[in-house]
Amino acid sequence: MDELDRKIITATQSGLPLVKELYQAIAQQLNIEPDLLKQRMKKMLKSGQIRRIGAVPNHYKLGYKANAMSVWNVPDDMITKLGNQLGALSFVSHCYERPRFLPDWPYNLFAMIHGKSKQEVSEKVQQVVTLLGNHCAGYELLYSKQILKKTGLRLKKV
Amino acid sequence: MLTELEKQLLNDYQQGMPLVSEPYSEIARELKQKGFSVSENDIINSLSSLKERGMVSRVGPVFKPQKVGDSTLATIAVPDKRMEEVAQIVNHFSQVNHNYKREHHFNLWFVVTASSQEEVEQVLEDIEQQTGLSVMNLPMEQDYHIDLGFPLWC
Repeated sequence: MDELDRKIITATQSGLPLVKELYQAIAQQLNIEPDLLKQRMKKMLKSGQIRRIGAVPNHYKLGYKANAMSVWNVPDDMITKLGNQLGALSFVSHCYERPRFLPDWPYNLFAMIHGKSKQEVSEKVQQVVTLLGNHCAGYELLYSKQILKKTGLRLKKV
Repeated sequence: MLTELEKQLLNDYQQGMPLVSEPYSEIARELKQKGFSVSENDIINSLSSLKERGMVSRVGPVFKPQKVGDSTLATIAVPDKRMEEVAQIVNHFSQVNHNYKREHHFNLWFVVTASSQEEVEQVLEDIEQQTGLSVMNLPMEQDYHIDLGFPLWC
Protein backbone atom coordinates (compact mmCIF):
# COMPACT_ATOMS: atom_id res chain seq x y z
CA MET A 1 0.00 0.00 0.00
CA ASP A 2 1.50 3.31 -1.01
CA GLU A 3 0.69 6.91 -0.18
CA LEU A 4 -1.97 7.19 -2.89
CA ASP A 5 -3.75 3.99 -1.81
CA ARG A 6 -3.84 5.35 1.70
CA LYS A 7 -5.29 8.64 0.51
CA ILE A 8 -7.91 6.74 -1.47
CA ILE A 9 -8.83 4.74 1.64
CA THR A 10 -9.20 7.85 3.79
CA ALA A 11 -11.28 9.55 1.08
CA THR A 12 -13.68 6.62 0.65
CA GLN A 13 -13.85 4.83 4.01
CA SER A 14 -16.90 6.73 5.20
CA GLY A 15 -18.75 6.14 1.92
CA LEU A 16 -18.89 7.17 -1.72
CA PRO A 17 -20.89 10.26 -2.70
CA LEU A 18 -24.38 9.55 -4.02
CA VAL A 19 -23.92 11.56 -7.21
CA LYS A 20 -23.80 10.59 -10.87
CA GLU A 21 -20.11 10.74 -11.61
CA LEU A 22 -18.89 9.78 -8.18
CA TYR A 23 -15.39 8.62 -9.07
CA GLN A 24 -14.77 11.89 -10.82
CA ALA A 25 -15.88 13.71 -7.68
CA ILE A 26 -13.41 11.79 -5.51
CA ALA A 27 -10.62 12.02 -8.07
CA GLN A 28 -11.05 15.78 -8.16
CA GLN A 29 -10.76 15.93 -4.40
CA LEU A 30 -7.54 13.87 -4.56
CA ASN A 31 -6.28 15.81 -7.53
CA ILE A 32 -5.80 12.71 -9.72
CA GLU A 33 -7.34 11.33 -12.90
CA PRO A 34 -10.60 9.36 -12.42
CA ASP A 35 -9.11 6.47 -14.40
CA LEU A 36 -6.18 6.20 -12.00
CA LEU A 37 -8.60 6.14 -9.05
CA LYS A 38 -10.68 3.34 -10.58
CA GLN A 39 -7.54 1.44 -11.52
CA ARG A 40 -6.20 1.63 -7.96
CA MET A 41 -9.53 0.57 -6.49
CA LYS A 42 -9.68 -2.38 -8.89
CA LYS A 43 -6.20 -3.38 -7.76
CA MET A 44 -7.20 -3.20 -4.09
CA LEU A 45 -10.28 -5.32 -4.85
CA LYS A 46 -8.12 -7.90 -6.55
CA SER A 47 -5.56 -8.02 -3.72
CA GLY A 48 -8.34 -8.27 -1.14
CA GLN A 49 -7.59 -4.98 0.63
CA ILE A 50 -11.08 -3.98 -0.47
CA ARG A 51 -13.50 -6.84 0.19
CA ARG A 52 -16.26 -5.33 -1.86
CA ILE A 53 -17.75 -2.03 -2.94
CA GLY A 54 -21.47 -1.78 -2.36
CA ALA A 55 -24.40 -0.76 -0.20
CA VAL A 56 -23.50 -1.73 3.36
CA PRO A 57 -26.71 -2.86 5.07
CA ASN A 58 -27.39 -2.04 8.69
CA HIS A 59 -28.86 -5.37 9.72
CA TYR A 60 -30.19 -4.04 12.98
CA LYS A 61 -32.22 -1.27 11.33
CA LEU A 62 -33.46 -3.72 8.70
CA GLY A 63 -35.13 -5.79 11.38
CA TYR A 64 -32.44 -8.35 12.13
CA LYS A 65 -32.36 -7.18 15.71
CA ALA A 66 -31.06 -10.36 17.27
CA ASN A 67 -27.47 -11.30 16.81
CA ALA A 68 -25.50 -13.77 18.80
CA MET A 69 -21.81 -14.23 18.84
CA SER A 70 -21.68 -18.02 19.03
CA VAL A 71 -18.46 -19.50 20.39
CA TRP A 72 -17.56 -23.15 19.99
CA ASN A 73 -14.97 -25.49 21.43
CA VAL A 74 -13.88 -27.85 18.67
CA PRO A 75 -10.79 -30.08 18.32
CA ASP A 76 -7.79 -28.22 16.89
CA ASP A 77 -7.20 -30.89 14.26
CA MET A 78 -10.79 -30.52 12.98
CA ILE A 79 -11.08 -26.75 13.03
CA THR A 80 -10.25 -26.07 9.38
CA LYS A 81 -12.90 -28.47 8.13
CA LEU A 82 -15.55 -27.35 10.64
CA GLY A 83 -14.70 -23.66 10.27
CA ASN A 84 -15.19 -23.84 6.53
CA GLN A 85 -18.55 -25.56 6.98
CA LEU A 86 -19.78 -22.91 9.42
CA GLY A 87 -18.37 -20.06 7.37
CA ALA A 88 -20.43 -21.15 4.36
CA LEU A 89 -23.80 -20.88 6.15
CA SER A 90 -25.90 -17.97 4.87
CA PHE A 91 -26.89 -16.72 8.33
CA VAL A 92 -23.27 -16.57 9.51
CA SER A 93 -21.69 -13.19 8.80
CA HIS A 94 -18.26 -13.75 10.37
CA CYS A 95 -16.47 -16.98 11.20
CA TYR A 96 -13.05 -16.88 12.79
CA GLU A 97 -10.60 -19.08 14.63
CA ARG A 98 -9.27 -17.36 17.76
CA PRO A 99 -7.00 -18.50 20.61
CA ARG A 100 -8.33 -20.18 23.76
CA PHE A 101 -7.57 -18.75 27.19
CA LEU A 102 -7.83 -21.64 29.62
CA PRO A 103 -9.46 -22.03 32.04
CA ASP A 104 -11.60 -18.91 31.48
CA TRP A 105 -12.15 -19.28 27.78
CA PRO A 106 -12.12 -22.73 26.10
CA TYR A 107 -13.65 -21.60 22.78
CA ASN A 108 -11.63 -21.49 19.57
CA LEU A 109 -14.26 -20.97 16.84
CA PHE A 110 -16.40 -17.83 16.60
CA ALA A 111 -19.45 -17.42 14.34
CA MET A 112 -21.73 -14.40 14.24
CA ILE A 113 -25.34 -15.52 13.76
CA HIS A 114 -28.14 -13.14 12.76
CA GLY A 115 -31.91 -13.31 12.95
CA LYS A 116 -35.03 -11.24 13.44
CA SER A 117 -35.60 -12.64 16.92
CA LYS A 118 -33.78 -14.65 19.55
CA GLN A 119 -36.07 -17.52 18.59
CA GLU A 120 -34.89 -17.38 14.99
CA VAL A 121 -31.26 -17.18 16.12
CA SER A 122 -31.67 -20.21 18.38
CA GLU A 123 -33.14 -22.19 15.47
CA LYS A 124 -30.05 -21.34 13.42
CA VAL A 125 -27.84 -22.31 16.35
CA GLN A 126 -29.53 -25.73 16.43
CA GLN A 127 -28.53 -26.19 12.80
CA VAL A 128 -24.92 -25.54 13.80
CA VAL A 129 -25.19 -27.94 16.77
CA THR A 130 -26.39 -30.64 14.37
CA LEU A 131 -23.66 -29.84 11.88
CA LEU A 132 -20.86 -30.05 14.46
CA GLY A 133 -22.30 -33.15 16.12
CA ASN A 134 -19.97 -34.75 18.67
CA HIS A 135 -17.01 -32.65 17.50
CA CYS A 136 -18.38 -29.88 19.69
CA ALA A 137 -17.17 -30.05 23.30
CA GLY A 138 -19.20 -27.02 24.32
CA TYR A 139 -20.60 -23.72 23.14
CA GLU A 140 -22.09 -20.47 24.35
CA LEU A 141 -24.21 -17.74 22.81
CA LEU A 142 -23.39 -14.14 23.60
CA TYR A 143 -26.38 -12.06 22.57
CA SER A 144 -25.71 -8.39 22.02
CA LYS A 145 -27.45 -6.21 24.56
CA GLN A 146 -26.41 -2.86 23.21
CA ILE A 147 -24.29 -1.42 20.44
CA LEU A 148 -22.00 1.04 22.18
CA LYS A 149 -20.03 2.03 19.09
CA LYS A 150 -20.00 1.00 15.44
CA THR A 151 -18.09 2.74 12.69
CA GLY A 152 -16.34 1.63 9.56
CA LEU A 153 -12.60 1.55 9.32
CA ARG A 154 -11.14 4.89 10.36
CA LEU A 155 -7.57 5.32 9.24
CA LYS A 156 -6.08 8.56 10.40
CA LYS A 157 -5.39 11.08 7.66
CA VAL A 158 -1.76 11.23 6.61
CA MET B 1 -41.02 -0.94 5.34
CA LEU B 2 -38.90 -1.61 2.25
CA THR B 3 -40.13 -1.15 -1.30
CA GLU B 4 -39.50 -3.90 -3.83
CA LEU B 5 -36.85 -1.71 -5.43
CA GLU B 6 -35.08 -1.16 -2.12
CA LYS B 7 -35.05 -4.88 -1.37
CA GLN B 8 -33.66 -5.63 -4.80
CA LEU B 9 -31.00 -2.95 -4.42
CA LEU B 10 -29.92 -4.32 -1.05
CA ASN B 11 -29.82 -7.93 -2.13
CA ASP B 12 -28.10 -7.29 -5.44
CA TYR B 13 -25.67 -4.53 -4.57
CA GLN B 14 -24.37 -5.18 -1.06
CA GLN B 15 -21.76 -7.50 -2.50
CA GLY B 16 -20.57 -5.31 -5.27
CA MET B 17 -21.51 -2.59 -7.65
CA PRO B 18 -19.94 -1.84 -11.02
CA LEU B 19 -16.64 0.03 -10.83
CA VAL B 20 -17.42 2.30 -13.77
CA SER B 21 -17.65 6.07 -14.18
CA GLU B 22 -21.40 6.17 -13.63
CA PRO B 23 -22.24 3.13 -11.49
CA TYR B 24 -25.76 4.26 -10.57
CA SER B 25 -26.66 4.51 -14.24
CA GLU B 26 -25.30 1.00 -14.78
CA ILE B 27 -27.35 -0.27 -11.82
CA ALA B 28 -30.48 1.32 -13.33
CA ARG B 29 -29.72 -0.44 -16.62
CA GLU B 30 -29.25 -3.80 -14.89
CA LEU B 31 -32.46 -3.42 -12.88
CA LYS B 32 -34.40 -2.49 -16.02
CA GLN B 33 -33.48 -5.91 -17.35
CA LYS B 34 -35.04 -7.39 -14.21
CA GLY B 35 -38.29 -5.57 -14.89
CA PHE B 36 -37.92 -2.45 -12.79
CA SER B 37 -38.61 0.77 -14.63
CA VAL B 38 -36.03 2.97 -12.97
CA SER B 39 -33.67 5.77 -13.89
CA GLU B 40 -30.24 6.70 -12.57
CA ASN B 41 -31.90 9.37 -10.43
CA ASP B 42 -34.27 6.81 -8.93
CA ILE B 43 -31.30 4.70 -7.87
CA ILE B 44 -29.53 7.67 -6.33
CA ASN B 45 -32.72 8.71 -4.54
CA SER B 46 -33.42 5.20 -3.25
CA LEU B 47 -29.90 4.75 -1.91
CA SER B 48 -29.99 8.22 -0.35
CA SER B 49 -33.29 7.43 1.32
CA LEU B 50 -32.01 4.06 2.63
CA LYS B 51 -29.01 5.89 4.03
CA GLU B 52 -31.11 8.64 5.61
CA ARG B 53 -33.33 6.03 7.27
CA GLY B 54 -30.22 4.27 8.59
CA MET B 55 -30.94 1.01 6.75
CA VAL B 56 -27.78 1.36 4.74
CA SER B 57 -24.86 2.64 6.78
CA ARG B 58 -22.96 3.75 3.68
CA VAL B 59 -22.43 2.98 0.02
CA GLY B 60 -18.78 2.33 -0.57
CA PRO B 61 -15.80 0.07 -0.13
CA VAL B 62 -15.52 -2.39 2.74
CA PHE B 63 -11.88 -2.79 3.66
CA LYS B 64 -10.27 -5.87 5.08
CA PRO B 65 -8.64 -4.53 8.26
CA GLN B 66 -5.77 -7.03 8.41
CA LYS B 67 -4.75 -6.00 4.93
CA VAL B 68 -4.59 -2.30 5.63
CA GLY B 69 -3.26 -2.52 9.17
CA ASP B 70 -3.91 -4.80 12.10
CA SER B 71 -6.94 -5.54 14.23
CA THR B 72 -8.11 -7.68 17.09
CA LEU B 73 -11.18 -8.61 19.09
CA ALA B 74 -10.85 -7.99 22.80
CA THR B 75 -13.08 -8.40 25.81
CA ILE B 76 -13.30 -7.26 29.41
CA ALA B 77 -15.37 -8.72 32.25
CA VAL B 78 -16.75 -5.43 33.55
CA PRO B 79 -18.43 -5.26 36.96
CA ASP B 80 -22.04 -4.12 36.33
CA LYS B 81 -21.63 -0.94 38.33
CA ARG B 82 -18.71 0.20 36.21
CA MET B 83 -20.17 -0.62 32.76
CA GLU B 84 -20.98 2.92 31.69
CA GLU B 85 -17.67 4.35 32.80
CA VAL B 86 -15.59 1.57 31.23
CA ALA B 87 -17.57 1.69 27.96
CA GLN B 88 -16.83 5.39 27.73
CA ILE B 89 -13.12 4.87 28.22
CA VAL B 90 -13.06 2.18 25.52
CA ASN B 91 -15.19 4.20 23.06
CA HIS B 92 -12.93 7.16 23.49
CA PHE B 93 -10.18 5.46 21.46
CA SER B 94 -10.57 6.21 17.75
CA GLN B 95 -8.98 2.81 17.03
CA VAL B 96 -12.01 1.10 18.60
CA ASN B 97 -14.49 0.79 15.75
CA HIS B 98 -16.95 -1.71 17.23
CA ASN B 99 -17.98 -2.00 20.84
CA TYR B 100 -20.83 -4.23 22.04
CA LYS B 101 -22.35 -5.01 25.38
CA ARG B 102 -23.09 -8.74 25.51
CA GLU B 103 -24.87 -11.08 27.90
CA HIS B 104 -21.99 -12.94 29.52
CA HIS B 105 -19.45 -12.72 32.34
CA PHE B 106 -17.24 -11.24 29.63
CA ASN B 107 -19.74 -8.49 28.86
CA LEU B 108 -17.84 -5.87 26.87
CA TRP B 109 -16.53 -6.86 23.42
CA PHE B 110 -14.71 -4.51 21.13
CA VAL B 111 -12.67 -4.48 17.95
CA VAL B 112 -9.45 -2.49 17.78
CA THR B 113 -8.16 -1.58 14.32
CA ALA B 114 -4.96 0.36 13.79
CA SER B 115 -2.14 0.91 11.33
CA SER B 116 0.17 -1.59 13.01
CA GLN B 117 0.25 -4.42 15.51
CA GLU B 118 2.23 -2.22 17.91
CA GLU B 119 -0.51 0.42 17.84
CA VAL B 120 -3.18 -2.23 18.52
CA GLU B 121 -1.22 -3.54 21.50
CA GLN B 122 -0.64 -0.03 22.78
CA VAL B 123 -4.38 0.67 22.74
CA LEU B 124 -5.05 -2.53 24.71
CA GLU B 125 -2.39 -1.59 27.25
CA ASP B 126 -3.80 1.92 27.58
CA ILE B 127 -7.29 0.52 28.13
CA GLU B 128 -5.99 -1.81 30.85
CA GLN B 129 -4.21 1.04 32.51
CA GLN B 130 -7.10 3.48 32.35
CA THR B 131 -9.72 0.97 33.52
CA GLY B 132 -7.62 -1.08 35.92
CA LEU B 133 -9.26 -4.19 34.40
CA SER B 134 -7.58 -6.93 32.40
CA VAL B 135 -8.27 -7.24 28.72
CA MET B 136 -8.48 -10.65 27.02
CA ASN B 137 -6.98 -10.33 23.56
CA LEU B 138 -8.46 -12.69 20.95
CA PRO B 139 -6.81 -11.94 17.61
CA MET B 140 -8.10 -13.72 14.54
CA GLU B 141 -5.97 -16.72 13.61
CA GLN B 142 -7.95 -17.84 10.59
CA ASP B 143 -10.90 -16.45 8.62
CA TYR B 144 -13.35 -19.16 7.51
CA HIS B 145 -16.13 -16.94 6.28
CA ILE B 146 -17.00 -17.30 2.64
CA ASP B 147 -18.41 -13.89 1.87
CA LEU B 148 -21.50 -14.42 -0.23
CA GLY B 149 -23.27 -11.44 1.25
CA PHE B 150 -26.07 -11.49 3.71
CA PRO B 151 -29.38 -12.42 2.07
CA LEU B 152 -32.23 -10.42 3.54
CA TRP B 153 -34.90 -13.00 4.21
CA CYS B 154 -37.59 -10.43 4.85
